[in-house]
Amino acid sequence: MSAATAIAPALPPRRSRLGLIVALLAPIALINAIGFLAPVLNLARMSFYEVEPTGAMREVYTLATWAKLVTDSFYAELIVNSVSVSLGITLLTLVCSYPIALYLHRSSGTWKTILLVLVISPLLTSAVVRTYGWIAILSDSGLVNNALGALGLPPQRMMFNLTGVTIGLTEILMPYMILALLAGFGRLDPRIEEAASTLGAPPFTIFRRIILPLTVPGIALGCLLCFVLAVSSFITPKLLGGGRVFLLATEIYDQAIVTLNWPLAATLSILVLVIFGGALVLYTRALRAIL
Amino acid sequence: MDERPVSLTLKILAGVMFAFLLAPLIVVLPISFSGDAFMAFPPTSWSVKWYPAIFANSKMTAAFWTSLVLATVVTTISLAIALPAAYALVRLKPAGAEVLSSLFTAPLLLPTIVLGLAILIVFARLGLLATFPGLVLAHLVVTLPYALRVLTTALATLPIAVEEAASTLGASPFTVFRRITLPMMKSGLIGTTALCFLVSFDEVVLSIFMTGPRISTLPVAMYHHVEQQADPLVAALSVLLVVLSLVVVLVVDRTSGLAKTFVK
Repeated sequence: MSAATAIAPALPPRRSRLGLIVALLAPIALINAIGFLAPVLNLARMSFYEVEPTGAMREVYTLATWAKLVTDSFYAELIVNSVSVSLGITLLTLVCSYPIALYLHRSSGTWKTILLVLVISPLLTSAVVRTYGWIAILSDSGLVNNALGALGLPPQRMMFNLTGVTIGLTEILMPYMILALLAGFGRLDPRIEEAASTLGAPPFTIFRRIILPLTVPGIALGCLLCFVLAVSSFITPKLLGGGRVFLLATEIYDQAIVTLNWPLAATLSILVLVIFGGALVLYTRALRAIL
Repeated sequence: MDERPVSLTLKILAGVMFAFLLAPLIVVLPISFSGDAFMAFPPTSWSVKWYPAIFANSKMTAAFWTSLVLATVVTTISLAIALPAAYALVRLKPAGAEVLSSLFTAPLLLPTIVLGLAILIVFARLGLLATFPGLVLAHLVVTLPYALRVLTTALATLPIAVEEAASTLGASPFTVFRRITLPMMKSGLIGTTALCFLVSFDEVVLSIFMTGPRISTLPVAMYHHVEQQADPLVAALSVLLVVLSLVVVLVVDRTSGLAKTFVK
């Protein structure tokens, strides 16, 4: 109260204060409206536009695109494929990220800062660069196949298929998972682990019965984040999949840029958002059941 | 410190996973010194020819300048727009401030591929496709939410007592902001600048929808290059980009603390 009265004389009167607020917020509101609200609303409308057999688009409302999505088994397969591949990648990302997050949580000082920089720096490097690195490792003349050859083993096809996409995307998503896990590790109290250890629990039991349950909120958050990112990423699936791996995001890009069927691209986009909504509902339910 | 000793199993597991995480960034370095015409790992011969080759590639140099100017313009506009907005939301507390800030940060919740498609359709009608202003506007849609979020946090955590003292002593609100608030927000401003610059400079999904043969950004040019042929040129370019990101990270760490900026 005293704070409010202290600065009251310096503040402009009520009317010009409102004018000031409007003036300060107008630019961001304008860009939000032009670059976000209008395009997204337009996208929803676009999914009901009619596409003529010639490929031309007419501004006539129809449910044809939606009907095509339901009846054409290609799209049903695409959706199931996208969701299951993304789920698999999310799980793999969790398994790969958990040891790093736990190790980071337990280290301190300069060492921790260095490790944190190592986790964050891939995040600040373009996905194109990191995917290129994976091509160098996985291609026919890459690191893995040259190593296999040196050992006298037959070469393995690791690119232009699901294996490559899975490996690449898992690595790309790891920093997000690690940061989400770290945010949720605050509840981990070393004294509880010590107590369990004193009472004779072996290390794996301590991990299974104490560490894992306490870090479930972080796990859930990380999984939600990575699933959402996996469903919508297309740079890595495009480059490592080489047009042989069909996912929702790559199909949206192809329809938008190559085939120019915007109503179909828009409909698939709305579908991605529906999947996101579903993931979010599942996440809140899971969290409520656990806590 | 109440730490538990780290078990050997965890050390090994974490080490292996770190190697996996950093592998694609590490292999790029030796490949950039390859003497081969095509990408192979390990390279069969060594050379530094791919570094000058970047500067001889007119597509890449044009795209680099576009990206650099674009990131600079986008960062400047982001600060100029988000700073007043953050001030209005935090200090003037209008009715519905929370709803407004969720609306302004909502673009981050949307997958960029959906946002990119949505912007493509509207911008095509406005004639903004494959133009510099179109790229600026598209990038602002994603950098502004980041800028607003970091700046509102920075403003909200400032001790208000100093501002009140200055105000009681007769300083006008603008003077208080310029002489007291702004200097105290230094680390937040540096963090915002670095974040906006890197987000814009690395942005590829939105840009891929917005660029064309006439204008391209560096990540998009690299994407199309890799799509057609994976030669060591991109490796040399990648090394330069990784060094650039590291420099930005180190500068941010020195001036404001990395942990404070990126891990909340």
